[in-house]
Amino acid sequence: MNTAALVEVKNLSRFYGALQAVKGVSFTIRQGEVLGFLGPNGAGKTTTMQIISGNLAPSGGSISINGHDLLEDPRAAKSQIGYLPENPPLYRELTVDEYLDYRAALSRIPLARRKQARNHAKARCGLENTGGRLIGNLSKGYQQRVGIAQAIIHLPPVVILDEPTVGLDPIQIREIRLLIRELGEEHGVILSTHILPEVQTTCDRVQIINNGELVLSESIDGLEKHMKSASLTVAFHRVPALEILEKVPGVNSVQPETNGRLRIFHEPERNPTEEILRMAVKKNWGLYEIRPARLSLEQIFLDLTTEAVPDIETTTEIPASANESRTEP
Amino acid sequence: MILTIGLRELKSIFLSPLAWAILSVVQLILAYLFLGRVEIYQLYQSQFLAMDGVPGVTEFVVPDLLGNAAILFLLVVPLLTMRLVAEERRNRTLTLLFSAPVSMTEIVLGKYFGILLFLLLLLLLTALMPLSLVAGASLDFGLLGSGFLGLALLVGGFAAVGLFMSTLTQYSTVAAISTFGALLLFWILDWSGQGLRSGNLIAYLSLFNHYKPFLDGIFDSADAIYHVLLITTFLVLSIRRLDADRIGG
Repeated sequence: MNTAALVEVKNLSRFYGALQAVKGVSFTIRQGEVLGFLGPNGAGKTTTMQIISGNLAPSGGSISINGHDLLEDPRAAKSQIGYLPENPPLYRELTVDEYLDYRAALSRIPLARRKQARNHAKARCGLENTGGRLIGNLSKGYQQRVGIAQAIIHLPPVVILDEPTVGLDPIQIREIRLLIRELGEEHGVILSTHILPEVQTTCDRVQIINNGELVLSESIDGLEKHMKSASLTVAFHRVPALEILEKVPGVNSVQPETNGRLRIFHEPERNPTEEILRMAVKKNWGLYEIRPARLSLEQIFLDLTTEAVPDIETTTEIPASANESRTEP
Repeated sequence: MILTIGLRELKSIFLSPLAWAILSVVQLILAYLFLGRVEIYQLYQSQFLAMDGVPGVTEFVVPDLLGNAAILFLLVVPLLTMRLVAEERRNRTLTLLFSAPVSMTEIVLGKYFGILLFLLLLLLLTALMPLSLVAGASLDFGLLGSGFLGLALLVGGFAAVGLFMSTLTQYSTVAAISTFGALLLFWILDWSGQGLRSGNLIAYLSLFNHYKPFLDGIFDSADAIYHVLLITTFLVLSIRRLDADRIGG
């Protein structure tokens, strides 16, 4: 967090006719940071990215990229960006080399350095052996890589990737994620996605946008804290009276759950796990399961993006993973 | 930058079979017309010799050839220009240009330049036909030059209109048919003035009326400026239209 902001977006807004797709969004990206941009479909992710990349004019607000204002000095600002849109802008009739050379020329890379830039980008994206092939004949995964190569060929300080892993097989997804992490070391990366685990594995910071507004902007570490909720899930063979458990120091309330487990809510600073274990052994309750309940990113995401925000008590009752909730009859 | 975009455009034209088809069809038809005309000239040559003030071979062959070429280009240019922007929009490759550090003006001029290069090549191939007569006759190079200059300006205008139509839509065929319609309308505008004497404003706007003098070997700067204005207008409109893409979304 000590380096200067690479991208500074202030109060960005965008109307499509009467519909306001982006409402006063502000954020910054620094070097060496991967920013995950999350949101449900139609939340304004792609619009925001199109605006930052100069493909759409904003209705209001300002964007500064590496010190260049995108609206006042678009050429300088755009030269600082590499952008991979949802649909990679590939000329199917060109070979990979021809295409990358063209892209390099568009970024004003001098002729003498173009080959080097192209080879570097190809090496980064694992395209070494595809130089002479037509882009139209490549598989979807390789086309996606060409799309990424095109975005980084001019070594831009900022790389914007809009859903880069859509339509790839699991191995390719892993490779692309690794690549994004690598890119994040030298560049500032904005990654838009609606695949939540992707964010957890690749990003340093997460932003959730809903209905055109930023509803969360948090580092991954901060998010981890968010995700630890102050509750335990316990299961006994011989369930004691709830009142006894409620009297344990630190416990606020106890709720039975559907599958015979109990949910124990405690004060965040006073974890009663030890005390409960001790009592369970002493009184022979037959404790067979105890674990801290964690909110998944998915839940946080749902909480923030669902219209009727449920109160904390009911949200924490949702089992940590969606699959678990399917076990009930 | 304009050159980069233009050359890629040219390359893409040649990577599709369309370019070769157009080159060969245009060449075939013009060659047929050209040979037909030359044959007629040969037929009457002996009679011409006896007469005074008869047309020379250039005057007999070239205006007719170029007049037909203009009609042929009217059909062919829309097919070439239709994909310039429309196809990129449809394939979503326009993003590449929009997010690169190039201005709209450079994009439009680049694309125009690319198509112009191709059309000039087509003109060059056409010009080789009358030039081949040099082997057996003396040509009126002034008339030839003026004719081809006129044709070059004319197809330049066709291409500008085509480019603009292509920026309006994402369907190549829509761009092609609109271009063809607009050009044909410009071409036949003078028909409305046929009943009247000259001076009809609408007829004055007709492309044909500004092309004809070139074929007769008359270089009128007003005609040249008409073409240049037409080209500029449609290029500016294209730039504005692409800018509106960014603003309107």
